[in-house]
Amino acid sequence: MIATLRTPRGLATAVLLLALAVLPLLTQAFDQRYLLSIGTRIVIWSIAAVSLNMILGYGGLVSFGHAVFFGIGGYAVGILSANGLQSGWLQWPVAIAASVFWAALVGALSLRTRGVYFIMITLAFAQLIYYVSAGLEAYGGDDGLNISRSRFTGLIDLRDKASFYWLCFALLLGTLWFCSRFANSRFGFVLRGAKSNDLRMTALGFPVFRYRLAAFTLSGAFGGLAGILLANEGAYVSPAMMSWVKSGDLIVIVVLGGMGTLFGPLYGTIAFFVLEESLPPLLDLLRKGWGEYWQIVFGPLLVLIALYAKGGIDSLLGRRHG
Amino acid sequence: MDYLLLQILNGVQLGLLMFLLAAGLTLTFGIMDLVNLAHGSLYMMGAYFAWTLIGLTDSFVLGALLALPATFLLGVLVEAVVMRRLYGRDHLDQVLATFGLILFFNELVRAVWGPAGKSIAVPKFLARTIEILPGVPYPAYRFAIIAVAALVALLLAWLVARTRLGMLIRAGASNRRMIAALGVNIELLFSLVFGLGAVFAGLAGLMAAPIGSVKIGMGDDILILAFVIIVIGGIGSIKGAFIAAMVVGQIDIVGRAFLPDFLKTFMSSAAASSAAPAISQVLVYVVMAGVLVWRPTGLFGQRT
Repeated sequence: MIATLRTPRGLATAVLLLALAVLPLLTQAFDQRYLLSIGTRIVIWSIAAVSLNMILGYGGLVSFGHAVFFGIGGYAVGILSANGLQSGWLQWPVAIAASVFWAALVGALSLRTRGVYFIMITLAFAQLIYYVSAGLEAYGGDDGLNISRSRFTGLIDLRDKASFYWLCFALLLGTLWFCSRFANSRFGFVLRGAKSNDLRMTALGFPVFRYRLAAFTLSGAFGGLAGILLANEGAYVSPAMMSWVKSGDLIVIVVLGGMGTLFGPLYGTIAFFVLEESLPPLLDLLRKGWGEYWQIVFGPLLVLIALYAKGGIDSLLGRRHG
Repeated sequence: MDYLLLQILNGVQLGLLMFLLAAGLTLTFGIMDLVNLAHGSLYMMGAYFAWTLIGLTDSFVLGALLALPATFLLGVLVEAVVMRRLYGRDHLDQVLATFGLILFFNELVRAVWGPAGKSIAVPKFLARTIEILPGVPYPAYRFAIIAVAALVALLLAWLVARTRLGMLIRAGASNRRMIAALGVNIELLFSLVFGLGAVFAGLAGLMAAPIGSVKIGMGDDILILAFVIIVIGGIGSIKGAFIAAMVVGQIDIVGRAFLPDFLKTFMSSAAASSAAPAISQVLVYVVMAGVLVWRPTGLFGQRT
């Protein structure tokens, strides 16, 4: 433990987790409510990014439709809530089950293909759910749906911003713990082996398709969890939460943070949100009014990251061992 | 019966427009092994260039004709600045970089042309209907789209099958390294192919503009449909893209036109008319899933 703290990576991670753990106390002390809401979204997006990293980073499977699980998790909560079923004990398992079901179905179809086909098919299936949700007139259609937050009577009140934050943070820790177990298990090693050479893994007798399908499904389950939290955070669901741009953002986050690393997605999410929040005011400093067009800078930045930033933020913290 | 014919023609028109978009996409993928998400941005830029140039020249035809070389130059520029660095890279890098380009172009358009959508009027000489069959009128502009797009599709088929450039394109698609080793200037070839794809996308964008509107992100939704088309057709295959585009065009239009009536037989009429567009969208993806289960590399894709 102490030895881990001596490396830059270990130290940075420890400081980061500690800061995240006490964030509600800090924002309360400095009376910065807005920061807590950003912090909550960072934690929720980190869960989604960690889940995407399981297949993208460790498995090398470029899924361009991961935000669909925001939508499935969110809409499962939203639709149940609109029908008067407010209990989180019912909503959450249903939402996870729906995500698992969809991930298994999409995985079974799309994992038959390789490379660019896989990218486009995952994108296309995500669009399918997007259009279905936009067509649900009874649940708001394009405009989305206001919901009331899930109820865990007697246990926790999700309307309290700080407790909701801590719940999300605890779930993030759980997701990270699961991901580290996953990555270092035999299962994870088969998946990583298939990433670098799936022919060889097949020749060694591993049913690569089944391993990948299992990973894809697991990843969908955690993605659905992030969707549940996102719906509860804003008390609102809409098709926009699973637009393909969000899927792109998730890929950006994972690559920016460092693919196939445990804490990379967390760094990536923070960096992404910091850029999103700080680029507009920075550009406004240069010249009034420029801030509105911050994506003119952000877009080319992504090009540069794609071209030159192999390894992401994680690689700045020194070489990895193992 | 007449109604059916009109809807089929609308489907052909949509299919041809999407083919123009998909052709560029499938060429860049087949030859340069490049996933270009920003192809939809070229579609959008074509429409915006046309809007500006039509305003300047006061003539639809002249403006449109000037917008094509403008889109070509933009395509060549994008290729030289960004795409050239992406050849031979991981597909993930290409997705990331071209995703960045989409954000850039959407925001650029917002900064230059403003957030509000623009409209391009149908040119006067086409703002009427023609009788395609005795007693069956059809908007002349839509008919012109079909004619122009069909002509361009034929031109492309001729270019690829009968010319030296087409020969190099086909050779490049089957073995990039070999034609480079044989002394073909492959950088020039790639620039040309990318510019050509940009022109097709721009042409589709500016022709679609008078029917819909010129707006930010207009290329993004149709780009995803174009992806579906080239996945169904088989990546790299122009013939596959054409057939798939026609199928998708028919599903989309005929679905929108006839599903509501069909659904009304067992649903309330309001629910039917709101569900029908979503169902016809979904149908496109169901067809794609079916094709992939049957042939994982599309109808005319290369088997690996």
